[in-house]
Amino acid sequence: MDLKLTPEESSFRDELRAWLATNAPKDWAEWREKPLEESYPYLRAWQRKLHDGRWAAVSWPQEYGGRSATLMQQSLFWEEMARVEAPPMANSLGLGLIGPTIIACGTEAQKKRFIPKILSAEEIWCQGFSEPNAGSDLAGLQTEAKLDGDHYVVNGQKVWTSYGWVGDWCELIVRTDSSAAKHKGLTALLVDMKSPGVEVRPLRQMTGESEFNELFFQDVRVPAENVLGKVNDGWNVAMSTLMYERGSYGARLQLTFNRYISRLIELARSVQRNGRPASEDPLIRQKLAQCSAEIEIMRFNQMRAFSRISATGVPGPEGSIQKIFWSELNQRLQQIAQELLGSYGQLLGGDPHAVDNGLWSYGYLRTRGNTIEAGTSEVQRNIIGHFVLGLPRSY
Amino acid sequence: MQFGLSESQEFLKESARKFFAGECPSAEMRRLMETETAYDAALWSKLTEQGYTGIVYAEEYDGVGLGKVELMLLMEEAGRALLPGPFFSTVVLAGSVLDAVGSPAHKKKYLAPICRGEARATVAILESSASWNLRDVQLTAANGKLTGEKLFVSDAGVADFILVVARNGVFIVDAKANGLKISPMLGMDLTRKLYVLEFKDTPAEHLGPTTNLPGALDIASAALAAELVGGMQRTLDLTVEYAKTRKQFGKPIGMFQAVQHQCADMYLETESSRSAVYYAGWALEENAPDASTAVSIAKMYSSDAARAVGNRGIQIHGGMGFTWENDLHLYYRRAKASENAFGDATFHRERIASLVIDAPGVTAKSA
Repeated sequence: MDLKLTPEESSFRDELRAWLATNAPKDWAEWREKPLEESYPYLRAWQRKLHDGRWAAVSWPQEYGGRSATLMQQSLFWEEMARVEAPPMANSLGLGLIGPTIIACGTEAQKKRFIPKILSAEEIWCQGFSEPNAGSDLAGLQTEAKLDGDHYVVNGQKVWTSYGWVGDWCELIVRTDSSAAKHKGLTALLVDMKSPGVEVRPLRQMTGESEFNELFFQDVRVPAENVLGKVNDGWNVAMSTLMYERGSYGARLQLTFNRYISRLIELARSVQRNGRPASEDPLIRQKLAQCSAEIEIMRFNQMRAFSRISATGVPGPEGSIQKIFWSELNQRLQQIAQELLGSYGQLLGGDPHAVDNGLWSYGYLRTRGNTIEAGTSEVQRNIIGHFVLGLPRSY
Repeated sequence: MQFGLSESQEFLKESARKFFAGECPSAEMRRLMETETAYDAALWSKLTEQGYTGIVYAEEYDGVGLGKVELMLLMEEAGRALLPGPFFSTVVLAGSVLDAVGSPAHKKKYLAPICRGEARATVAILESSASWNLRDVQLTAANGKLTGEKLFVSDAGVADFILVVARNGVFIVDAKANGLKISPMLGMDLTRKLYVLEFKDTPAEHLGPTTNLPGALDIASAALAAELVGGMQRTLDLTVEYAKTRKQFGKPIGMFQAVQHQCADMYLETESSRSAVYYAGWALEENAPDASTAVSIAKMYSSDAARAVGNRGIQIHGGMGFTWENDLHLYYRRAKASENAFGDATFHRERIASLVIDAPGVTAKSA
């Protein structure tokens, strides 16, 4: 056990730090509050710049434009990005999930065709997995694709698609064999979102905004060469994508949470409780301490999980608790913010009395989604129960 | 950066687990807890042969010279076996205080016999206020003598000498000294006995000032949290095993999500406590700027987690979990005693608050 940085880790960090010092945009604060539709060209430009410096996909293999960064280096990457408050990248699903899946499961022609434009943000990717009747039970999905000559014809509906409104391409999971057992009849397709018959509708969520979309497919023709992986092996392709989803998220969240708790501590010093700063109120102190301790524990769990993966090549059992840990912690953190701010906590962005322009009222509502998206807490507990503890399947 | 255990650390942990499983199985643990002091001389000499009694102390004091992470691993395994008797009080608590507060001469005289397995010892801190805040200590030595009372002193009944925390320093008292009365308290944890110490003009040797005492108590707190992790792991293992075999409505109860999800939570709580404890061990070893925060995080989180894991374990075991013959309640009892020792979760949250709210910037980040 040695938590100091290795020479390779230090030099990776120093090189990135130097690059960011000259290249990170200074005006992100002015754009941050704007709707994503407006700031999107800005984010594309930022990703192109990162790509020019070979920093857009550090985890990817060298030959595909990455740096073959270890998990520790990836973690340092997000730390440094957060330290300079760099904007996010436009094509985050393409870089984080779909690109790695294409590299792992795609043909040479697919890699050549898609990878460079994922990196340069010329083509934005979205993901068509969940359906109205297939959420936690993803394998029960019904969108079907029938082979017609050298094309698949797709009919069905997807939901909860991030970046659907701007997506050029979609990793779509469809049913290609309805006679097979439900996990066995699925196939992953790479679908051009400009194809005739694709319709994208915004899905308004409880926060009032539309991060997600519904996708409708009516007789959409997809060339058979756009099958990702093998026909009827889509379940494994999808699982490979979801593995990247669960792996890469924690490192970034850690930093967001650190920013939140620092801000809450700052607010606690200025907000009054019983005639003194809330930061001196024993109950508030207990809650802030609990929360900041849990953020640290999330970091320790993450470091242990990374070390396990580096040593064995496979995610260890620690990884499976991360999703539950961060999502429930985020909800508790937001509730503490509400308690701290009292009546001000409810105020939405735009209200002149709102604290931090409504960040906390938004966070309170938005975090309800955390225990649902990317695998509900119930599904995560099933995974731990069955795959980690070896208890019999409950479903 | 490498958070995993090294090969030699894995080896130490593995061999400790085998040692405790062989030398202190449940039946032996139960036999010892029914005795007056829970101390067994034969077991003690085996602990000594393994080098456990001197694990973290310098070789010049007949120790083995391993680090704090290794200490955490050993205590985790001791906790898994619910090792009864004065090992924690002697080796971890008294040893750390001697190491931090004593002069080289004191260490030769008192720490070395502990390392060699020849002496048992403990530390007396709490008084009638039962406060773990050292500012609340009232007892004061005068003219080399102590008069007053200490409560909740672990394993004093089998100690050869006792380190007594007073307002004006840490003092050493011979357990057989004139004017010292040691009488048992009836604590919930049957494997770690508690005592009242009454001093009346008791001769006491000055060990040193209390300046370095908090550092020693940090080591003890982290080690106790490590023990809790071992106890949680044992409770989890027993519970998962039970949930796989116990059938109701024709199915193993572990198939029901109401049961399975509680097991998943026990796992989350156990693993998160373990991460916090290992980090604390590392931070103590490296004298990291956030070492005290890390200790409080570990002690705070595992104190709450051990209780939660125990609650769930007993609930899942149903009626069987409520019986004397099942071991769960013994871990549950230890968990409650350890939860309070060296400050409960509320105490440590306040300490974290004072470290991160009142003095921001102390928490070291990895980069």
